[in-house]
Amino acid sequence: MGAQLRVYKRRIRSVTATKKITKAMEMISAARIVKAQRAVAASTPYADELTRAVTAVATRSNAKHPLTHENPNAERAAILLITADRGLAGGYSSNAIKQALALTERLKAEGKEVVTYIAGRKGVQYFGFRNLSVTGSWTGFSDKPTYADAKTVASDLIEAFTTGAVDELHLVSTKFVSMLTQSAQDARLMPLKLDEVELSDSRPAKSEIFPLYDFEPSAEGVLDALLPRYVESRIYNAMLQSAASEHAARRRAMKSATDNAGELIKSLTRLANSARQAEITQEISEIVGGASALADASAGSE
Amino acid sequence: MAELHVELVAADRKVWSGAATLVVARTASGDTGIMPNHTPVLSVLESGPVTIRTTDGGTVVAAVHGGFISFADNKLSLLAEVAELADEIDVTRAERALEVAKTDSDSHAARRAEVRLVAAGRRKAA
Repeated sequence: MGAQLRVYKRRIRSVTATKKITKAMEMISAARIVKAQRAVAASTPYADELTRAVTAVATRSNAKHPLTHENPNAERAAILLITADRGLAGGYSSNAIKQALALTERLKAEGKEVVTYIAGRKGVQYFGFRNLSVTGSWTGFSDKPTYADAKTVASDLIEAFTTGAVDELHLVSTKFVSMLTQSAQDARLMPLKLDEVELSDSRPAKSEIFPLYDFEPSAEGVLDALLPRYVESRIYNAMLQSAASEHAARRRAMKSATDNAGELIKSLTRLANSARQAEITQEISEIVGGASALADASAGSE
Repeated sequence: MAELHVELVAADRKVWSGAATLVVARTASGDTGIMPNHTPVLSVLESGPVTIRTTDGGTVVAAVHGGFISFADNKLSLLAEVAELADEIDVTRAERALEVAKTDSDSHAARRAEVRLVAAGRRKAA
């Protein structure tokens, strides 16, 4: 085998191996999207009931709560950015990071100081590499977040908010629109605006008329317990959506990688074939040339 | 007979739903029993077992940790961060967790493990 042909063969082998890996990753992600979507669906009854309860308390009492307290001279804003732990997910993490940076610019333009909290290793790496300050970070659960994870994240943020370390909290996450579309978005999480509370299917919660509840121990006591749960549930929902988006983005990235590997194998095979053919042609012409040289030599000796 | 509709929902799944005649849960101000046509109520739950008497005479027991109970129009919602039905509880694991919590003197974890054991019927209510 000629040197050229050997090189082509080797490249084909390596691309084939890569294709197998990306194909496997594509299928794993496809299976996980379904699971992640199911997790989002499973968490909606809780989120809906909680939203209903919060709205009920808000409409039936004038209870004030630190988490709803709007500081007119907000100076420090916190951003919670949710990214992936692992790469190979196309633009998933970088889109979320871009969104967060744009939001940072916007808040700075409003004259606010911005502190950043990050969930997911990719975001931490990005900020770490650029020496940007990160106030808090959590990693290791981006592809399968549990409620306990959301609770850990939420408790730190709620504490920062209630102690007055930050005046508002924005959440940057990726919304799972469909298998093909995921969009990075930001939303203000705290201070909570109770009249903006929405049910998961975005039908306005206001349309309902709430009965006159008896609050135990008191409206304030109930609100005190409800609102942190509400924040947790919002963060949990954002994490689940982001996890589903991550899997969808990874599936798409791996699908195009697999397709590209297929293309590459095809064109390399063509090249290898023509190299082989060239080799054969050359050998034939060498043989023919050799034979005629012999014939000429023997013809001359007669 | 009058009945109420119960939804027992944990943060990550719906645990149980169905019709019931009586629900007993531990709220911040003590055990509360809720029967059909109770006045609308919204209160904070403590860690504790929840007992649901179903319309067909059965009993459903669940361990619930932190959450709310809200009742209106004969619809009862039990929201909990963590909720497990009695037959889902891993008794040996709960017992082990109780041991660990006691040696670490972690009162919250001990309470959680105890509630699980009570709900699983392995221990008298504390």
